[in-house]
Amino acid sequence: MTNLTHLSMAEALEGLRSKQFTATELTEAYVKAVEAARPLNAFITETPEIALRQAKAADERYAAGKALPLDGMPLGIKDLFCTEGVLTTAASHILDGFHPPYESTVTSNLFRDGAVMLGKLNLDEFAMGSANITSHYGPVLNPWTGKDPANAPRKLVPGGSSGGSAASVSGRFAIAATGTDTGGSIRQPASFVGIVGLKPTYGRCSRWGIVAFASSLDQAGPMTRTVKDAALMLQSMAGFDPKDSTSVDMPVPDFAAALTGDIRGLRVGIPREYRVDGMPAEVERVWQQGIEWLKAAGAVPVEISLPHTKYALPTYYIVAPAECSSNLARYDGVRFGLRVEGKDLKDMYENTRAAGFGKEVRRRILIGTYVLSAGYYDAYYLKAQKVRARIAEDFTKAYEQCDVILTPTAPSTAFAIGEKQDDPIAMYLNDVFTVPASLAGLPGISVPAGLANDGLPLGLQLLGRPFDEETLLRVAGVLEQAAGPQPLPPYVG
Amino acid sequence: MSVDKATLDAKTVAKIAHLARIKVPEEDQAGLAQELNKILDWVEQLNEVDTDGVAPMTSVAAQTLRRRDDVVSDGGYPDKVVKNATDAAEHFFSVPKVVE
Repeated sequence: MTNLTHLSMAEALEGLRSKQFTATELTEAYVKAVEAARPLNAFITETPEIALRQAKAADERYAAGKALPLDGMPLGIKDLFCTEGVLTTAASHILDGFHPPYESTVTSNLFRDGAVMLGKLNLDEFAMGSANITSHYGPVLNPWTGKDPANAPRKLVPGGSSGGSAASVSGRFAIAATGTDTGGSIRQPASFVGIVGLKPTYGRCSRWGIVAFASSLDQAGPMTRTVKDAALMLQSMAGFDPKDSTSVDMPVPDFAAALTGDIRGLRVGIPREYRVDGMPAEVERVWQQGIEWLKAAGAVPVEISLPHTKYALPTYYIVAPAECSSNLARYDGVRFGLRVEGKDLKDMYENTRAAGFGKEVRRRILIGTYVLSAGYYDAYYLKAQKVRARIAEDFTKAYEQCDVILTPTAPSTAFAIGEKQDDPIAMYLNDVFTVPASLAGLPGISVPAGLANDGLPLGLQLLGRPFDEETLLRVAGVLEQAAGPQPLPPYVG
Repeated sequence: MSVDKATLDAKTVAKIAHLARIKVPEEDQAGLAQELNKILDWVEQLNEVDTDGVAPMTSVAAQTLRRRDDVVSDGGYPDKVVKNATDAAEHFFSVPKVVE
C-alpha cells in the first residue's frame, strides 16, 4: 500500500472516497508518525483518542455516503486555538492547566467539515517569535538539516511562530495544520520547512477563540503540502462569525475552483524596495527564478515601488507590542492558568506575571506599556499608526499597476537554534518581507521554490488585493507547477 | 521622538514594570533598560516619515462595528466559567483580601 502519510490532503480525500483505505487506517498511520516524531518536539499535547474517535465517525459517514469536505483529514492544531476540554497553552507557563470550556470558531469549522485532531502544536510563546525558540515547552526542530555537515549536529529552527505546524506538515506527521500569522508566523516557517503557508485577508477567518496577541493583525490560515490543499482547508476555516467584531460578512468563494493555471496577462508587481542590503545571492536567485516562471506562464512582470517598506518593521514593533500589552493584561492568576501567591492582590498579580511570562513576552509587554504610557502615546503609538496608514497606501497605489506581488518570503533559509538569540532586532529582521502586508491586512502565501545551495528550502511569497485569495491561489498554483515536485526533508528520508 | 529622546533608566523600567504588573527584580532592571533602549532607538527612524495630515490607521477592516440587539445571547453556565480558576468558591473567583 502507498505510504499514507505521504499523500496530500486532496489525494487522501480521493483515497477515502474511492475506499482505498479507511479514515481509521489513515489516522492510525499519523498517530504512529506523531509518536515517532517526538524528538522534534512539535506537539505540546497529543490527542490520539480524540483523533481515532473522529476517524471512526468519518468512516461511518463514508460508509453511509455522507462524507464531509475534509472528512478524516488528520490535522495538527496550533496550540493558540482554544479547543474544548483540551489543554490550550499558547506555549506559555502562564496558561498552565487551562482547559477551555469552548471551541474556537476556526477549529469548530474544521471539525464541522470532518477534520480529525492529532493534537496541539508547539509555537513561540503567545506566537511572539520567528524561530519557535521562545516556547515554555522548548524549541521545535526543523525536519531539514541541510547540506552543511556542520548542520547535522546543530539543530535548525523551523521558523516561527507556527513552528510546530510547519515541522509536522513538512515532516509528514500531520497532513496539514492550522497556523496563525501576525507578522509572518505562517509564511516564514512555511518557507523554512518547504511547505505552503497561506495568511488570508484580515477578517476572512474568525479570530474568536484564538489566544490574542495583536488583535489588529492576527489572522488564522492553513499550512499544507500543496496549494490545492491550502484552498481546501481555507474553504472550511473561512467565513463570517458574529462573535468576531472584525470578521467580514461576505461570501466565501470556491477557492479550489480558482486553480485554473491560467495567469496569462496577469500583472505581477516586483517591488524594488524588497532588494535589501545584505540579502543572500541565493534569495535573489530564487526570486528571479520565480519571475521567470510566471513570465513563462504568460504573466507580465511590472516593477513597482512600495516606498515605506523599510519602516514596516519598526512600525510593527510599536503596534504589536502595544496591542499585546493590552491583550495580555487578562493573565492575572485569578480566572485561569498559573497563580503565584503574594502578600496582597497586587503582589499576586506581579508574582504571577513575573513567573508566567518568558523573556520575549515580558520584553514586548514592557515596550507596549511604555509606548502607550502618558507622555509617549503620541510620539510612539500614534506615530506608528500614521506610518501604518502610509504603508497600507503604498499597497493601494501599487495595485493600480499590478494584480499580485511577488517577493521572497524570508531573507534567509533556516538558521541554527542559538543563532540571532542575543539581539532581538536581528531576530525581528526575519519578518522584513512578511510584516508590510500584515500591517496592510492583505492576503499572502508562501510557496516552496526548491532548495538553496545550502540544501535548505526557500519560499516565494505572493501578496494579493484584499479578499482576493483566489488570484493568490491561482498564481501560487502556477509557481508550484513550475517548481516541480519538492524533495522530502532528511527527517522523512 | 518629538518628546525628549527617550532613554530608559532602571528607574523607568521599574515604573513600567509596575504599570504592567510584572515584578522585575532590581538586578534585572539595568540590563532590561539597555535592551529596551536598543529597540526604542531603532524605532526612532519612523521620525523620517512625513505623516502630516495622515489619519492614524486603527484597523484594516474598512467597516464600522456591527450592532446587534441588546439581548442576552449567551451564559447561564457558571460552572464552566469558574472551572479554570485556581481558587473558586461557589461560583466566585477568590483573591487575596483587598479591603481591610
